[in-house]
Amino acid sequence: MKKKWYDYLWILSLTYLILGFFNILFAWLGLLCFFIPLLISAIGGSKAYCNRYCGRGQLLGLLGKRFSRKRDIPKWMKHKAFRYGFLAFFFTMFFLMLWNTYLVFAGARELGQVVTLLWTFKLPWHWAYHGTLFHPGVAQFAFGFYSVMLTSTVLGLITMLLFKPRSWCVYCPMGTMTQLICRARNGKP
Amino acid sequence: MGTAVRKKRTARVDSSSCVACGCCVKVCPKAAIQIVKGVVARVNPETCIGCGKCARECPASVIALEEAVV
Ligand code: SF4
Ligand code: SF4
Ligand code: SF4
Repeated sequence: MKKKWYDYLWILSLTYLILGFFNILFAWLGLLCFFIPLLISAIGGSKAYCNRYCGRGQLLGLLGKRFSRKRDIPKWMKHKAFRYGFLAFFFTMFFLMLWNTYLVFAGARELGQVVTLLWTFKLPWHWAYHGTLFHPGVAQFAFGFYSVMLTSTVLGLITMLLFKPRSWCVYCPMGTMTQLICRARNGKP
Repeated sequence: MGTAVRKKRTARVDSSSCVACGCCVKVCPKAAIQIVKGVVARVNPETCIGCGKCARECPASVIALEEAVV
């Protein structure tokens, strides 16, 4: 099949992750990966984002060609209870991150120059922070959002190695959410 | 030997566990599988040649190849 322009969006996803090592404020760009799929599903009523444009999925697919064990994912991981549970957990942690950002904006908390991996491990990340023209809260959101992106990338890489290349897509919160939106909007086909 | 039974292999999606990621669509050489309304993948049995590429690709492993007598 002939490659289209959107088959190269994985380059953007990779660039995004790399930019975060140089200047954390680039993390804000990641909001696109939240709003575009939501808008496509809510307005367009399709999963075209997953099906075509998602660079992260492409990246995992490409890496998986070489490195994946290509085994079946365990049954419980494709179970709705796990998928919806992970979505709920992901969002809880997301709102917690927003809350922390709010606290910095409100002056109740100092800016934490760390990237939190897997919601637990705090990695020092001060080298990628060179000050901000805006409020420190702007940087706090960037650190928090990059933590979300890096965490999901690491999970995606682990399940890419263990199972099929794009195993992350089975429990990816964006994938689950856009499917739910499509179902709510279009009904069961 | 006109009575020989002809069998055809066709992909079938377990629609209750499909996550509609579209990985199967990308690899089908016949464009025989599509995502319907962003909810589930569906195979067109007329065009599917039963090659199994989609089943190998599917990250949720929810595609099975079924033999049917035609
Ligand atoms: S499920 Fe997630 S990672 Fe996979 S294509 Fe969709 S948005 Fe991208
Ligand atoms: S690859 Fe599997 S889970 Fe993804 S859309 Fe196709 S059948 Fe559904
Ligand atoms: S078995 Fe082959 S032809 Fe049939 S839907 Fe899957 S990839 Fe397409």
